Amino acid sequence: MEDFLYFFSFQDASIGFVVLGITLLGIGSAFVGTFSFLDNKALLGDAISHAILPGICLGFMLAGEKNPYFIVGGAIASGGLATYLSSWLKENTKLTEDTIIAVILSVFFGIGIVFLTVIQKSGNPEMAGLNQFIFGNAIGIVERDLWIYGILSLGIISVLIGLFKEFQLLVFNPEFGKAIGLPMLSIRMAFNTLMILAVVIGIQAIGVVLMAALLITPGAAARFWTDRLKTLLILAALFASISGIFGTFVSYTLPQMPTGPWVVVILSLIALLSFLLAPKRGMLSRFYHRKKYIDKTQQDHVLKSIYKAEELGKSGLGLNDLLQIYPHHKKGILKSIKNLEKTGYLFINHNIIKLTKPGKMKAKRIVRLHRLWELYLNEYLNIAPDHVHESAEKLEHLLTPELEALLENRLNFPKLDPHQETIPRDHDDI
Amino acid sequence: MMTFDQNAFQIIFTASLIASSCGLLGVFLMLRKMAMTGDAISHAVLPGIVIGFLVSGTQRGLEVIIGAGILGILATLMIDWLRKKARVQLDASIGITFTLLFAIGIILISAFAYRVDLDQECVLYGEIAYLPIDLWITDSGISLGPRILWIAILNLVLVLGFIGLFYKELKLTSFDEKFGIVIGIPASAINLGLMSMVSYTTVSSFEAVGAILVVALLVVPPATAFLWTRQLSRLIQLTLSIGVIVSIFGYYLAYLLDSSIAGMMVTVAGILFFVSVILTRFQVKSRIGTQIEAKAFSS
Repeated sequence: MEDFLYFFSFQDASIGFVVLGITLLGIGSAFVGTFSFLDNKALLGDAISHAILPGICLGFMLAGEKNPYFIVGGAIASGGLATYLSSWLKENTKLTEDTIIAVILSVFFGIGIVFLTVIQKSGNPEMAGLNQFIFGNAIGIVERDLWIYGILSLGIISVLIGLFKEFQLLVFNPEFGKAIGLPMLSIRMAFNTLMILAVVIGIQAIGVVLMAALLITPGAAARFWTDRLKTLLILAALFASISGIFGTFVSYTLPQMPTGPWVVVILSLIALLSFLLAPKRGMLSRFYHRKKYIDKTQQDHVLKSIYKAEELGKSGLGLNDLLQIYPHHKKGILKSIKNLEKTGYLFINHNIIKLTKPGKMKAKRIVRLHRLWELYLNEYLNIAPDHVHESAEKLEHLLTPELEALLENRLNFPKLDPHQETIPRDHDDI
Repeated sequence: MMTFDQNAFQIIFTASLIASSCGLLGVFLMLRKMAMTGDAISHAVLPGIVIGFLVSGTQRGLEVIIGAGILGILATLMIDWLRKKARVQLDASIGITFTLLFAIGIILISAFAYRVDLDQECVLYGEIAYLPIDLWITDSGISLGPRILWIAILNLVLVLGFIGLFYKELKLTSFDEKFGIVIGIPASAINLGLMSMVSYTTVSSFEAVGAILVVALLVVPPATAFLWTRQLSRLIQLTLSIGVIVSIFGYYLAYLLDSSIAGMMVTVAGILFFVSVILTRFQVKSRIGTQIEAKAFSS
């Protein structure tokens, strides 16, 4: 707890710096990543983060030390080459996109490893710092680098905000952008440069392998909460900052713990919670809506069956007879009967189920929709009467009152369906 | 300077065996458009390796392979779950799954650092050069040759056995999964089987070539072969030949430049790939004269 207060009060200026740095870097990556996620190119970031390794090593070899300008320059060169090659290969070979990404990723990384071992064997004392690019270490970033990377992150964020409209078009409708005279190719190149920059900065905190999470996961999680791009970006940035700060906190309190993996674990937790709990798109919400629909169809089936029995002149339907109509849904049917009884649509008398007045109205409507739809398919789409039932079984639960009125009008308030059964109206008797 | 001694032979032979196991599985991964799933699995097995290590206390226990196998299957299931149940797009599902599992692996290594003598760097890029001095010595003191060589032989035998047994099923489900299901092939079981073989091969090879370079051997030779042929049997033959070529040239180039053998193998594989791209492009261009052939190629 003491650690917690000390950390989050930012009394220690260096903690403040690291937190600010990792927040900016996280937001930058989340912004870039969200755009490429929406562009269905989520894994390109993973390829780039592996592909900049040879560039970093070359920059190191040329400068002879860990000079950030040389390293960023080298990374942009090899990241750019990898990005270009991946789109060139896509156009010029029959390989699928994921194979191309995997080839680029592993070949560039392999070349990077060759360079790395060459540097290792040259005995340069600054070598130790290079491993930071592979495994990442947010706490270990020195203050001078932090300034450079913080400013670069700010730059990425401001360019993305400044060119928001252009990048939005790039992702959603590049054809339209071209048509209204925007230089889409330059915009794509600008975007790729931002992506490479974000990766170069990001991997020093989080490492080559985990960089993909910083790009993909915030956007993927935020996508479950909203359909609006601006909200999406804000949420992605929020998720990235929260996990960045907590990841740094963990590796501050437990010094043997690396920052990057904790950032990723927290980010993934946020994502999994979003997948489960988000309204509308979340799994629980979809599950609930699906269950509600199934309940409704089963209740409709119960009402319809009793109505049909009454139509044949019986005074109701025996429970066992009803269960025999739907032998595979016994549990659901029993539950539906209980619910319908509770809501006053039916009542049970000596094991015979009967419709109440409102129940009769409701059942009539279902049967009416079913038979209207059968007639419509038969008359207007020329489908044989013995082929229309299946479709009507589904549509009877879905047709809205507006569509019902349209059907009635179009069919001129018919009396009989294609099977010569009466289409019941509200004022009719059974 | 080029020498061909026993050490060179052992390293090249082992590398060829590993490249063959990876290539054989990689052909099917590529045809199923699962190259990145293979990449994801090779990262996701890390926590399984660490847990197996913690249980058995050694990097060489059967527990390590079982742990990795379980995690490989878990990763496959998680990708599937995210895609089908949570409805996350496929590439994002892959990205989220492997980063989470890899992160957990690194956290486990850091948490048990005092007990796990497992080098992150070794997991990532291995070192096959030490193979000749890492011998398998029986309790009675007889040396049976390099340990990793035996591991690679066992791996290749099992991969060959798996592919031999299920060749028809793998072929059918790779080209037309729905048709496979219709004629009664348990497609998801075959898929999980393939994924467990990929995880096992990753673990079996990571000591020698490292996790990321396993991916290269899984993907690059089949992709190169695919540029030349579409016929499955030719594809497999070509992939195996590329694996051997890559091992020979990778070894000698690494020897010349005094660098990582595994890294150099991938570099050679990359060069072969790009040379093939250029040559096959040239071939297509010179062929385009006749309309029919051009059409056949684009279909």
